[in-house]
Amino acid sequence: MTAKHKISPSLAKLLVRMFAGLGAFSFLLWLLLRGQNIAILHSKGPIASQQRDLIIWSLIVILAIAVPTVLLLYFTAWRYRESHSSSTYHPEAKTGKIFNIIIWALPSLMMLVLAFTLVPSTHKLQPNKALAAQKPSINIQVVAMRWKWLFIYPEQGIATVNYVQLPKDTPVAFDLTADDAPMSSFWVPNLSGQLYAMTGHINRLNLIANVNGDYPGRSAEINGAGFAGMQFTARVSSTDDFESWVETTKQSSASLDKTAYQTLIKPSENNEVETYYPVDGTLYADAVMKYIGSHGNKAAHTMHDEGMN
Amino acid sequence: MREFWLGRLTSHSLPHDWVMVGGTATFIAMFLFAAVILTRTKRWKWLWNDWLTSVDPKKIGIMYFLVAGFMLIRGGIDVILMWLQQVLAVDGSQGILSADHYQQIFTAHGNIMVFFVAMGFIFGLINYIVPLQIGARDLASPLLNTLGFWLYVGGVVMINMFFVFGGEYAATGWLAVAPLSGIDFSPGVGVDYWIWSLQISGIGTTLGAINFIMTILKMRAPGMTLGKMPLFTWASLFSMLMAVAVFPLLTATLFLQFFDRYFGAHFFTALGGGDPMMYTNLIWMWGHPEVYILMLPAFGIFSEVVSTFSRKPIASYTANVLGMAGVSVLALSVWLHHFFTMGASSDVNAFFGLVTLVISIPTAVLFFTWIATMHKGLIRFDTPMLWFLGFVTIFTIGGVSGLVLAFPPADFQLHNSLFLVAHFHSNVIGGVLFGIFSGISYWFPKIAGFRLNERIGRNAFWCWIIGFCMSFIPMYILGIMGATRRLDHYESSTGYQPFFIIMLLGGIVIAVGLTLQIVQILASIIQRGHLRDNTGDPWNGRTLEWATASPPPFYNFTVIPHVMTRDAFLDMKRLGQFDQQYEDILIPKNTAVGIYIAILAFLVGFGFVWHINSLVVISLIGIIIIFAKRAFSEDSEYTLRAEEVEKLEAKRIAKVPAHEKEVKSLADEEDMSVWDFVRYVITFAMDIIRNKKWKTW
Ligand code: HEM
Ligand SMILES: [Cu+2]
Repeated sequence: MTAKHKISPSLAKLLVRMFAGLGAFSFLLWLLLRGQNIAILHSKGPIASQQRDLIIWSLIVILAIAVPTVLLLYFTAWRYRESHSSSTYHPEAKTGKIFNIIIWALPSLMMLVLAFTLVPSTHKLQPNKALAAQKPSINIQVVAMRWKWLFIYPEQGIATVNYVQLPKDTPVAFDLTADDAPMSSFWVPNLSGQLYAMTGHINRLNLIANVNGDYPGRSAEINGAGFAGMQFTARVSSTDDFESWVETTKQSSASLDKTAYQTLIKPSENNEVETYYPVDGTLYADAVMKYIGSHGNKAAHTMHDEGMN
Repeated sequence: MREFWLGRLTSHSLPHDWVMVGGTATFIAMFLFAAVILTRTKRWKWLWNDWLTSVDPKKIGIMYFLVAGFMLIRGGIDVILMWLQQVLAVDGSQGILSADHYQQIFTAHGNIMVFFVAMGFIFGLINYIVPLQIGARDLASPLLNTLGFWLYVGGVVMINMFFVFGGEYAATGWLAVAPLSGIDFSPGVGVDYWIWSLQISGIGTTLGAINFIMTILKMRAPGMTLGKMPLFTWASLFSMLMAVAVFPLLTATLFLQFFDRYFGAHFFTALGGGDPMMYTNLIWMWGHPEVYILMLPAFGIFSEVVSTFSRKPIASYTANVLGMAGVSVLALSVWLHHFFTMGASSDVNAFFGLVTLVISIPTAVLFFTWIATMHKGLIRFDTPMLWFLGFVTIFTIGGVSGLVLAFPPADFQLHNSLFLVAHFHSNVIGGVLFGIFSGISYWFPKIAGFRLNERIGRNAFWCWIIGFCMSFIPMYILGIMGATRRLDHYESSTGYQPFFIIMLLGGIVIAVGLTLQIVQILASIIQRGHLRDNTGDPWNGRTLEWATASPPPFYNFTVIPHVMTRDAFLDMKRLGQFDQQYEDILIPKNTAVGIYIAILAFLVGFGFVWHINSLVVISLIGIIIIFAKRAFSEDSEYTLRAEEVEKLEAKRIAKVPAHEKEVKSLADEEDMSVWDFVRYVITFAMDIIRNKKWKTW
């Protein structure tokens, strides 16, 4: 940098202030973040981990394009500032053909790089794609209600409200639907991204949890007055613990038949955890068909296991 | 009989809680205050003749600014309430608002900011600047234009009407997605107000857009081919073309939702065989282009500003225009990225993810043309340019986060989180709002005849930047922590609270910035003698809006310029071509048709909200009659004779003191500081109190 290019004291002062401010601010944020559950980064299973890696990878590539561009813009603005010198001023300066090609080609190339990640990752992380693992998968039916989550374990014959327990390292297939509730979105950020739960539809979300612990889950899509309280805990435990939990649940619960279901479906806010046994096996199908049945021409839009066949 | 005249309105619909009473009282107080002043100063006639019924796009532009400015404050107060709630509503506490009330506030906030602030300012700028830039004296259809403006005002009134009648607004989020917005889940009048506010203003937008497309295509000065059009005009053309393409879709969607709610149809209710997912599709087919309808004019503003303050023509003009064209076309085809999480197949998601990536290519091209424009320029950093640099910084943050969101699997995690909210605020504040601020400070001298105070402008700018970072950096982080948007309470164990506190503080800094902008305008008015610009061309401009006086006469140009190149006015200055041949000018007459129709349209909407069918029918008949009458009247223009033009010009020139005719330097050392302003206000108030000045009023 020649003497002519020296940064002026006032700009230097501004830059120092800006970086000092940003530095102090980042430090404060870092202090506040310590020990917290940064759910999307602290992933506890392969799906969430891959999603996190994709976020970070795409962010790095995009920043690699954006930051130099913006720095170039700042530099140009500074380099050709009025107070600097008028000897470099060339109002007739024209951009050439090459320039016009580059400004289209460069971002296109970068997007091509991103595209080569976007397409495969989208196919790979499609939520209804079945996951392979040593342990056999379990199925959990999920009904979004106003304003609580009902989880039905068809194989175990139990059901829970606002609480779901999962065996570790086991593929879990959630079948999401809603009953008498607006569109809701099922989200356990530590374990996987979200998917909508909608009346008359079954959306399948597959995930695996690798680390024992309690993870917050909730509706991410606004669905009425009780929205903020529509939370649940997802507990990941060893398979043995999971099985003994199923057994205890069977012993200590009320039954969920059609009448109990009618009571349960009434709107309620900040619902407590509840458990049920035995559970009427037709409840879930009924809840879905209710919105399809009388209009037979509209087949159930289920999305099942794209990757299996 | 009661039902016939009053529908579902009962005494219970009148204000009964403190919010409603407060809102109603505020309206009445504001109205009374204005009425008293107007009566005391005998200004009613002036208001009606010179402003309300005016078809002059410059006056309509100013009225857009005023309404949008008020709505910006109104929407800003909502923000402070929302963030205060999120700071306080932790664990057992429900904060200051109930869940329902909180949801109404963020819904109203979103609607007001998008439809009545951003759209209002953009339409105001297009109204004021585009006719001047293309060297036109008036619009293709002045009537459509005033009608569009008054329908916009009708929408503004409708969205605030719930304070007075009914006391509830939609609690559904700004797009009122189905089935939440259906009659089963939202039985009150809130969603009806939402429907009719958007419906009325949306129709206004469509009409205004048609008018501006016709104006830009048909009314350009001789010699101004499309390839010589200024970039803000190009940007406005693209924006308006998009509006015409997608606003009818909004209108249709709102009608379908209205049929569901009013007549019990089942377009969007699953139980009756309808399809709520269709609503999501339809609303975003309009909704995504809508954000670009706002963004494109901002791009155009920045192109003008960068070129003027670099004192160079825009580099790669064609690439810039093609870039904007590319953005407009692609913006019509990415809507599904708003609901990757609804369960479409991976092929569909990947396709829309790819198109979303592609849209950033033409955007990047725009950035490169700006850099090349600055290259070898002689750049001045007046406030319009500062807003440009702020835009570059913050819009880039928004663009980067947007590209991350374009990856469907990444979006599964980030959708509906505060990360998403931070993304679009980076774009809407850093892009649209900063564009508007840049445009207003750039064109203010044209509009007012004096430039804005630079010093306070710079203070305001820094408040916005610092406040933005304080508010939205923590918001991105909260999203990564898994915080969803729209939470009216949460547990302290989540660790969110400190971040919400910082966000609120940032919001206060932004509020200070906004206040400073108001102070800036007031201080500029006080110091207008010092800031006056009599040349009509304070920045050494390049395009035709600078070729006429500031403020321009109501006929815009005494002589319509002949355009030879893109920098039409720069050429004129270089070649000294200023014809002085006065000619007869056709001027459109004022009309109150716009106001009348807008009032009736408002009443139709109000009638539907409250099921007052008599009101609906009567108002509709009224609209038809007014249209018919207008269609048969041929008396909509008059001729301003050349001699009169000459006289007017002579009068105007005589008013300019001789010593002020030369270009005033823009040295801003003498601009008032904030403290000077405070001192001035105190002295002024003391003077009034001491000398009992109110007695003479
Ligand atoms: C590089 C350019 C951009 C990209 C790649 C981009 C991408 C996206 C994506 C993928 C989403 C959906 C995220 C989700 O819902 O999960 C989104 C949401 C949004 N974007 Fe952008 N965007 C861009 C520019 C803009 C601009 C210029 C504006 C406004 C002027 C804007 C305003 C919004 C809004 C308002 C939403 C969401 C609103 C809601 O869901 O309520 N974006 N953007
Ligand atoms: Cu979009």
